[in-house]
Amino acid sequence: MLRSSRWTFGLPRYLEEIRVVIREYAVECGLDFFPTFFEVVNFDQMNEIAAYGGFPTRYPHWRHGMEYDKLRKSSTYGLSKIYELVINNDPCTAYLLEGNSTVDQKLVMAHVYAHCDFFKNNQWFAHTNRHMIDEMANHAARIRRYMNRFGVEKVERFLDLCLSIDNLIDIHNPPLVRSNQTDWDDEADDTLGPGDVPKLTAKPYMESYINPPEFIEEQKERLREESIQDASFPSRPQRDVMEFLMTHAPLKQWQRSILEIVREEAYYFAPQGQTKIMNEGWATYWHSKIMTEKALDASEIVDYADHASMVTATSGKQLNPYKMGVELFRHIVMCWDKGRYGKAWDDCDDMEARCAWDTGDGLGMEKIFQIRRTHNDITFIDEFLTHEFVREQKMFAFGYNPRHRRYEIESRQFEEVKQQLLSQLTNMGQPPIAVVDANGSNRGELVLEHDHRGIDLDPGYTMEVLTNLYAFWKRAVSIRTKADGEPIIATFDGSEFKEEKIGE
Amino acid sequence: MNLKIHQDHARFRQIVKGRIRKELRKFISSGELIGKEGDKFVSIPLPQIDIPRFRFGDRSKGGVGQGDGEPGDPLSEGEQDGSSEGQAGDQEGQHVLEVDVSIEELAEILGEELELPNLEDKGKDRLVSTRDRYVGIRRVGPESLRHFKRTFREALKRQIAAGIYDPKRPMIIPIRDDRRYRSWKTESVFESNALIIYMMDVSGSMGEEQKQMVRIESFWIDAWLSTQYQGLEKRYIIHDATAREVDRDTFFHTRESGGTMISSAYKLCAEIIDRDYPEQEWNIYPFHFSDGDNWSTDDTRLSLDILENRLVPVSNMFCYGQVHSPYGSGQFIKDLVAKFSDEDKIITSEIPDRDGIPDSIKTFLGKGR
Repeated sequence: MLRSSRWTFGLPRYLEEIRVVIREYAVECGLDFFPTFFEVVNFDQMNEIAAYGGFPTRYPHWRHGMEYDKLRKSSTYGLSKIYELVINNDPCTAYLLEGNSTVDQKLVMAHVYAHCDFFKNNQWFAHTNRHMIDEMANHAARIRRYMNRFGVEKVERFLDLCLSIDNLIDIHNPPLVRSNQTDWDDEADDTLGPGDVPKLTAKPYMESYINPPEFIEEQKERLREESIQDASFPSRPQRDVMEFLMTHAPLKQWQRSILEIVREEAYYFAPQGQTKIMNEGWATYWHSKIMTEKALDASEIVDYADHASMVTATSGKQLNPYKMGVELFRHIVMCWDKGRYGKAWDDCDDMEARCAWDTGDGLGMEKIFQIRRTHNDITFIDEFLTHEFVREQKMFAFGYNPRHRRYEIESRQFEEVKQQLLSQLTNMGQPPIAVVDANGSNRGELVLEHDHRGIDLDPGYTMEVLTNLYAFWKRAVSIRTKADGEPIIATFDGSEFKEEKIGE
Repeated sequence: MNLKIHQDHARFRQIVKGRIRKELRKFISSGELIGKEGDKFVSIPLPQIDIPRFRFGDRSKGGVGQGDGEPGDPLSEGEQDGSSEGQAGDQEGQHVLEVDVSIEELAEILGEELELPNLEDKGKDRLVSTRDRYVGIRRVGPESLRHFKRTFREALKRQIAAGIYDPKRPMIIPIRDDRRYRSWKTESVFESNALIIYMMDVSGSMGEEQKQMVRIESFWIDAWLSTQYQGLEKRYIIHDATAREVDRDTFFHTRESGGTMISSAYKLCAEIIDRDYPEQEWNIYPFHFSDGDNWSTDDTRLSLDILENRLVPVSNMFCYGQVHSPYGSGQFIKDLVAKFSDEDKIITSEIPDRDGIPDSIKTFLGKGR
């Protein structure tokens, strides 16, 4: 208890009293969080912290200034307001906005505790550094040192380069090890010599039937071809382009170090992008539960309802993750409480029976706690989005209609909405791109490949990023992708940019 | 309070200014900004200042939303992309960032770019007077400043929330906590000590394009001088055969026609100075723009006379800008130069077209008087 009181040093007494109560409620609800430490900051400080991505100790860079500019403008004009910020760290740090009404602060605290529970327990956050606040300060110190030694402009320019590829990481393979993996050889059978084909064991008299000679020949041919392909480097497409450059690009030590910093931070932030809907939904679910069932004073209900409705307001084109998440969690609770899952439920076609379905299972709570541990947005949507939910929430898929030059609602069909939603979330909305060849044209050129799934890359940005990649690789860099359905390869060779169609 | 972010923010602004400087001439010669006040922010489109990343082209991308509507219905107006007309999707690398810059900042950039010197100051110390303005509401204050409406609103809110409000018997009784008071801020007002008098020829020979050039140039001169003096007095005169003083708005938007008597404007200008602005305390900058096509040589003689005896002695400098017009003879500038070749208070400049505006500004203000 002594420790926790030290952490909340600085919180004014009336907030500290609220905090203790809210924390108690959160624990009663079964939330399990890191020690959480709140700090009250003013408007400007809040914008500053938000501009630094939550870390006031972050390294200096102009884009933080740009972010600050935007935030300050939109909050000054009342277009947006940051109520709270939570940092995934142990102890968890959260910032409250000075001057918010008591009911807002209550809401925010409940929200924060739920976020913190999510950070601690969701498996996608398992790999994140829980001492990131310290780590960020270390990064900043390193970058400042480089700035002193090599010049601000030079370091800043290199940071720009690194940031321009910070979405080229492999979010599904998150451990922060620098894998110097050469080849995956552990599958291969040691007893086989080069060129040998693994055979099924067979009695000698069955040999020619089980391992027919022509098949063996075929296999040998295939292996030979594969070994030629193996000579290409990397042996398999590598999605972690940052790591690849860190290991293989001709960089100076300080450059490698900065690239490492940017990569580490990208991996740290990735799970927050991967679980946006779940994380916000979870926090909203719990703050509304804690507030409405426990913490609200009668006089606060109007204000609470007002603010809570702002948080979950929807507006056509932008999907509100708070709304989507909280409704889906509520939907799941309802389904599992009433036993609306499993084969019997799926097979039931009787509308009346479905509407009245209630087995009294009461498993809702257990289920959502389990989900918050194992899922990310994609699996969450994939598994739990239902016909009923799409219909009730009036969800639709929209697209751009070039003929009318406007965005139009395309469909309200469950399958299409779900597909659209999933593709929107895949790879956090970033194009999947991997290094496929580091010896292109046998001249050491870097070749990337965009795994094209229906949406073209933005050509202007592609050009600029290729230019930046050239600055790392110092030889021609190209990317294979598609434009208007045609496979193309776009190349920057240091002086000019060209785009060619390739035959497949 | 000094926040760490201010460094980064300053760096960002620096980058923005760098970009603006590159495109400055374009901004100056487009007339879109004129008529805006100096402390107002204007949005200027700049090529993007962002970190490029591989990303999907926006157009082909759809999404998922929530709300009413049938398939085929457009999303409601507010959510449509602003730039939906045109063929924005087919053009490469068209990333536009809207940055807010005040006219003042633009003028400073202009000053740096054209290497305009700071102006020498004449006149006594600036007088500062203070003024109170009621700007906000707070919870404490003297009873005389109580905001009744807000107070009752608070009381009503509290009573509704507490459930003691009865619409059938709407009695609202504010308690101590409900009271709201007006609050004020004290502002300093600087007494100005610089005067610009703009004179524009609006006679028939000045076409719309000529007038526009004059307006653009006056606007930027105005903006630059505003950065140099805390408070700046501006007077506007338009003339054809007769001169009259107009307000800023009229000056920037008027369209008139008629003959040309330059002397009428100079006479009026001199009268204004004599009447309102004692020369010892004021930095006076008369600017005159014309196409140089005066009515008669008699009038030209009269004009030069007024200039020599009444305007030049009291002014820091006198600037004459002559815009090129397809109709005018452009004689006036020649007469002016001939008469005042050794008077360095008089600065003349010819403006052939819009692109000539920055150079003309430099000619006028580059001497730093």
